[in-house]
Amino acid sequence: MAQLAIENARTAAAAPAIAPRPWLAAASLTQREWVRFIRQRNRVVGAIGQPIIFWLLFGAGLGPTFRLGVDGAAGMSYREYFFPGSLILILLFTAIFATISVIEDRREGFLQSVLVAPIPRWSMVLGKVVGGSMIAIVEGLLFLALGLTLGIQFSVPMLLAIVLLLALISLALTSLGFLIAWRMDSTQGFHAIMSVFLMPMWLLSGAFFPPPPMEPGMSWISWGLSLAMQLNPLTYGVAALRRLLYLNVADAQLPLDTPQLATCWIVTLVFAAVMFLMACKIADQRTTGDML
Amino acid sequence: MNQPPAIQVSRLTYHYGRRRALDDLSLSVAQGEIFAFLGPNGGGKTTLFRLLSTLIPLQQGEVQILSHDLRCASDAVRSLIGVVFQAPSLDKKLSVAENLRHQGHLYGLSGDNLRVRSAHMLDRLGLADRSRDRVETLSGGLRRRVELAKGMLHSPRLLLLDEPSTGLDPAARSDLWNYLRSVRDQQGVTVVLTTHLLEEAEKADRIAILHEGQRVALDTPDALRATVGGDSITIQTAEPARLAADIAERFNVEPLVLDGSVRLEQAAGHEWIVRLVEAFPQQIESVTLGKPTLEDVFIARTGHRFWQEPSPDALPSGTR
Repeated sequence: MAQLAIENARTAAAAPAIAPRPWLAAASLTQREWVRFIRQRNRVVGAIGQPIIFWLLFGAGLGPTFRLGVDGAAGMSYREYFFPGSLILILLFTAIFATISVIEDRREGFLQSVLVAPIPRWSMVLGKVVGGSMIAIVEGLLFLALGLTLGIQFSVPMLLAIVLLLALISLALTSLGFLIAWRMDSTQGFHAIMSVFLMPMWLLSGAFFPPPPMEPGMSWISWGLSLAMQLNPLTYGVAALRRLLYLNVADAQLPLDTPQLATCWIVTLVFAAVMFLMACKIADQRTTGDML
Repeated sequence: MNQPPAIQVSRLTYHYGRRRALDDLSLSVAQGEIFAFLGPNGGGKTTLFRLLSTLIPLQQGEVQILSHDLRCASDAVRSLIGVVFQAPSLDKKLSVAENLRHQGHLYGLSGDNLRVRSAHMLDRLGLADRSRDRVETLSGGLRRRVELAKGMLHSPRLLLLDEPSTGLDPAARSDLWNYLRSVRDQQGVTVVLTTHLLEEAEKADRIAILHEGQRVALDTPDALRATVGGDSITIQTAEPARLAADIAERFNVEPLVLDGSVRLEQAAGHEWIVRLVEAFPQQIESVTLGKPTLEDVFIARTGHRFWQEPSPDALPSGTR
């Protein structure tokens, strides 16, 4: 065995170079994300626990005063309304935990050996964001099971569409997190960004409350809010999830100006693609900031 | 023997902002050498290591590694070099074997080839019985061995190590050097390391001394020591500047004042001690005589002590 190994090592040493295999490297890094996730159980609780608590508490607390639509006759309960938003919150938290680990990888040194390996940087980014996204999807699906309590009837095509949608949204969010975390040297800095940027992005996605209807005579604050929510790409992810979930629920009436499904898919796809490409681009710049 | 050099550096300059870390550095490392970059912290060796390991891009100058241009072929270079960082690069949450598996995947190894190589590396570095242990449970010395296994896993032709002895006890240092010599002897691997430890640099085949980003010396340890004028005489005194001036005037030599002592390099140092003590009996508190060390080489080339600040690692000069 040892003899064979030495022979192998010698032949390899004589060979000119090892062919880089970026897909293998990405798959390996994805697997590493999984193993690390499973070995740090508190991450599971953090990412899925808080949204469940939010959903239960806000659902109970805001339920009595929540009215959808102008007449208030039809519409969904707040627990129903808030359900897709809570699921997106799980994706957001998981994405954040996954990409904060870039900062840890850099500080603990693992990243330096990835940076000098013969692989393109996109392969490293892909491994990281796909790993984080897969964790997010699994956690999202666990939460989705709670939808049974809302009378949502799941079908196989609907579930497939939901998984695809969750994958795109997770990819967009993990890439966005990567983009923010890449140049950061402390997790504290990331928490600051999370409070002033990522959480507001979620709050303004229609996850928590519907946009104020655009109508003549509305206050400029409502107008600004409505505009911000229409410009937020995450709005379309939330809307798509809401439409997919309540496709078959007759009495759950959606908010009036929920964007059409096709628009939602296109915006979400573009959001994910742009975020991923930007993450690759920033990671491709070698600077002295690559070391701490 | 017409092999291209392992490393060919020409006119390399590197700036961090306005600070110049490397200044017009040129040198060549032959294949199969054990080569040390020696210098005090801040001398430029870490910058050079980062450039050679492809962590940071070149600014000015050219570097060829095993005939590949570092500027355009950094992927080709990356697969030919093994890098062992000073800071740990292991994932502490993973086992030793898992760390090696990911490392192998990053270098395009997989399947049986990877398994056999990992087993071989673990065996050779005495880690076989720890392969399933998580890295966070290993001692510092064992972790360094895993780092070495990682760096050598893909059988690089050139192994780069940044301050490899950091945190190792003397026995582990000795193991490290035995390993480095064996990969050089058996596989013909070129070994290039940085160090701030004079006694470590002594073990290399050749040394380049870096000071303020410049190469101040380049040769074998013996040849470098031979360039120093003779024995070094270090005199402790209350007023070093005055004594140095008096010695210069009386004997027409050029003593140096370093860290509150006077230092003189002369052949036949023992005769000088008698002369000096007879000439200045009141001023001299103590005199030490030493054979030249690499630190003397450094002082002779730069006019500075190797250590500007007292450090526990520093060899006291002239006491050997």
